[in-house]
Amino acid sequence: MGVVLVDAGGTNIGSVRYALQRLGVDAALTSDAETIRTADKVILPGVGAAGPGMARLRELGLVEEIRSLTQPVLGVCLGMQLLCERSEEGDTACLGVVPATVRRFAEQPGRRVPHMGWNRVRRQREHPLLAGLGDDEWAYFVHSYAVPMGDYALASTDYGDDFACVISRGNFHGMQFHPERSAKVGARLLKNFLEL
Amino acid sequence: MLSRRIIPCLDVRDGKVVKGVRFRDHVVMGEIVDLALRYRDEGADELVFYDITASPEGRSVDRGWVERVASVIDIPFCVAGGIRSVEEARAVLHAGADKISVNSPALERPALIGELAAAFGVQCVVVGVDSLRDADGEWRVRQYTGDPTRTQALPRRTLDWILEAQQRGAGEIVLNCMGSDGVRQGYDLEQLAVVRALCHVPLIASGGAGAPEHFHDAFAQADVDGALAASVFHSGAIAIPALKQSLAAWGVNVRP
Repeated sequence: MGVVLVDAGGTNIGSVRYALQRLGVDAALTSDAETIRTADKVILPGVGAAGPGMARLRELGLVEEIRSLTQPVLGVCLGMQLLCERSEEGDTACLGVVPATVRRFAEQPGRRVPHMGWNRVRRQREHPLLAGLGDDEWAYFVHSYAVPMGDYALASTDYGDDFACVISRGNFHGMQFHPERSAKVGARLLKNFLEL
Repeated sequence: MLSRRIIPCLDVRDGKVVKGVRFRDHVVMGEIVDLALRYRDEGADELVFYDITASPEGRSVDRGWVERVASVIDIPFCVAGGIRSVEEARAVLHAGADKISVNSPALERPALIGELAAAFGVQCVVVGVDSLRDADGEWRVRQYTGDPTRTQALPRRTLDWILEAQQRGAGEIVLNCMGSDGVRQGYDLEQLAVVRALCHVPLIASGGAGAPEHFHDAFAQADVDGALAASVFHSGAIAIPALKQSLAAWGVNVRP
């Protein structure tokens, strides 16, 4: 019951948990399949690399478990990328609930990799996850790989090219930026997820 | 597009924020969480905490205050101070830090940078570089700068080290130009521009901010991604909201 954070070794678990506490929600940290299956909301945080992230989910026996969840699921940063079919990072097969391949940013003049700092989040579609937000907000990003635009994109960010920074496919949602570190905008997004 | 970052730096010693001039004579500036909250409210884009005595004393950063900061702060922060291993880094990241910065321990054992990048991704790994120009005109790195009695000049050239750090997996470089630090006469634009040309990851300027124009010059002339400062923010000499308004008026892309 309640909100659970999947403990797959992601290093931003602590800060996501604190962000939820600031919203009055005490999320349990778990890697237990039964606890995850019966939760109201599941958050898959993650900072790190796709290969080790998926390896950890496999070790824990959680790959099929997460794929078959029907309650709202939120992947944050790497957690969002793991929802996709594949990642170029280590040529990793991911969870495959969002039809996309995660690609590395190509270095271009003036575009440094990793993409690190505050950038704009531009609404592409209406969705309850974006309730109360303007069409153009700021969020904090730290990543080298990104999800290309597609019909799953709720919002986009321009870093040389547009990429999908908020995605949604059925009950699975993802945010490429760090809502737990994106001040009031991030808090609102987390609150919206908790109210889905 | 990505905005330029304004980053207050909080030097931590014995659980308090301190500031020295040219890395010496530290004065207590305030409580860690109080200052962190103040800067968050003023619109800081990120915070950096340096446990300045951890490395010279051979210990890792104190997790207690990292957890306290993480529980109240909703902007990113980076922690530095004597992180010597993947396990120590993991403890700091699990306590709630978003990034870890290594300086002296990376100079002791450069393979540490690659180990951290492999474990957490390059985006978590910041390499801090303390650099000073020697009499022969070369910039070289300094080690253990948190304790003047232990600070060492190394034979390693700053430019070589920045190239090596990137090859090993640094996701960001903070270049502290010690010659301009604490004297508020502006960032070392010459050194920053030379480093920028060979730095393909985000580069943060540190050392010398005294006026809003100095931030503008670092962004406009040295094309740095962020500018770090301490005493001008702690003392109130520069207020972050006014600084950002000035930068925006001068055409610098900043988050309001």
